[in-house]
Amino acid sequence: MKRHLLEAADLDRADATLMLDTAAQIESALAGREVKKLPTLRGRTVVNLFYEDSTRTRISFELAAKRLSADVINFSAKGSSVSKGESLKDTALTLEAMGSDAIVVRHPASGAPHRLAHWVRGSVVNAGDGTHEHPTQALLDAYTIRQRLGRLDGVRVVLTGDVLHSRVARSNVWLLHTLGAEVTVVAPPTLLPVGVGSWPVSVSYDLDAVLPNADVIMMLRVQAERMNASFFPSAREYSRRYGLDARRMALLPDDAIVMHPGPMNRGMEIAAEVADSVRSTIVEQVGNGVSVRMAVLYLLLGGAPE
Amino acid sequence: MAVPSPTSEAAPGVLMTADDVARVVDRVAHQLIERAAAASPGAADGALRDLVLIGIPTRGAPLARRLAARIEAFTGTAVDVGTVDITLYRDDLRLRGVRALEDTWLPAAGLDGRLVVLVDDVLFSGRSVRAALDALRDLGRPRAVQLAVLVDRGHRELPIRADYVGKNVPTSRTQQVKVRLSEVDGVDEVVVSEGVAA
Repeated sequence: MKRHLLEAADLDRADATLMLDTAAQIESALAGREVKKLPTLRGRTVVNLFYEDSTRTRISFELAAKRLSADVINFSAKGSSVSKGESLKDTALTLEAMGSDAIVVRHPASGAPHRLAHWVRGSVVNAGDGTHEHPTQALLDAYTIRQRLGRLDGVRVVLTGDVLHSRVARSNVWLLHTLGAEVTVVAPPTLLPVGVGSWPVSVSYDLDAVLPNADVIMMLRVQAERMNASFFPSAREYSRRYGLDARRMALLPDDAIVMHPGPMNRGMEIAAEVADSVRSTIVEQVGNGVSVRMAVLYLLLGGAPE
Repeated sequence: MAVPSPTSEAAPGVLMTADDVARVVDRVAHQLIERAAAASPGAADGALRDLVLIGIPTRGAPLARRLAARIEAFTGTAVDVGTVDITLYRDDLRLRGVRALEDTWLPAAGLDGRLVVLVDDVLFSGRSVRAALDALRDLGRPRAVQLAVLVDRGHRELPIRADYVGKNVPTSRTQQVKVRLSEVDGVDEVVVSEGVAA
């Protein structure tokens, strides 16, 4: 096992499968227990270093580390010395000097976790960097698909929405490809990255056409905060062409599932009735996130330091 | 160093053959039945239903299932079985590379108020059993916990002893005792080999 988890693209099939299997074993070990805590990482310190807002990822990592009995420090850039101009490097070295064993980092700049990994001796886990990757989200998505459908090999996954700005999309494309799924991305041409031709995916602009052959539809959030130009004429037009409503959901095969990494823009990319339907795994994804992040922390920190 | 002599004409180093393993499993199953009967005279059936055999992976898990199958064959009463992976409770995690986890599953009726018998293949330092006791504490509150092992090779590092022992084997600390079971290894046998001095 590697020391860091920086991107889904550098996980091979064996590593990724080990992470999913470990998550399943941790979930079964904790199922139905009153004491949802394991002594495994007692005395280790995990720092959540968040330069961007987050609800579920930060809480999920915090809960995962605490359930493994690690000490957790939550650091958000707001209200810290970052506002006085302290750099990422100095902040990280300060945290390490205080004895952190792992840094879970979210940063608006793509590649920030890679830089960090060169500066610190402990493990670095990428919790989302700019528009690059969000590997634990992809792992929990793959875990959820495997749990619901029983397999990943040959599963047909449709990813729809703001692929251009989505680190969730990038991580999922690489991880699902590694694990044998067939991925199709569907988006307005303005929301596809220039290099999409080199990705291991097929591309479509017509959501209705691909839905009847999908086992999984994964909706991506329209990221208003990263939109500095007009990528589509209006929210209403986007919603009509690329949003998932009840009519579109009816086009899916009977056992297909609907996923969304959250946070959702209800009424924009996903209709409320779809988000709350029995096919939606959105709440399961959040629960699985804790198991998957426990597995990642265990595999990175659980053994002897190299 | 003389290897303890095997019970039958077996290859050198073989401590127990498949027949020996089967005989020992039968004997421990009978002992479990007797103890259950002694604990509640006239209601051995009920006492057996109170029993839960918890295997410690890897090879404790199939051993627990074999014991349960033999108890059922002898008495007609089905006994609950489960496995508890102790990896996340070990005290030596930081001494070597990260270990893969194994399965944990418990009987639907849980462990609270019941007699739990931990089942493992080899009792050596006692540290696995300590980890299993820690895990049990998080899983419920059994009425009592006992320990059954196929082989006790001595060299305890903690104040732990087994309630049911298949075979006591005097060994030196550097020897290796390896239990092989058909479910995992394709063959039933117990072998001892000279290890490298630690």
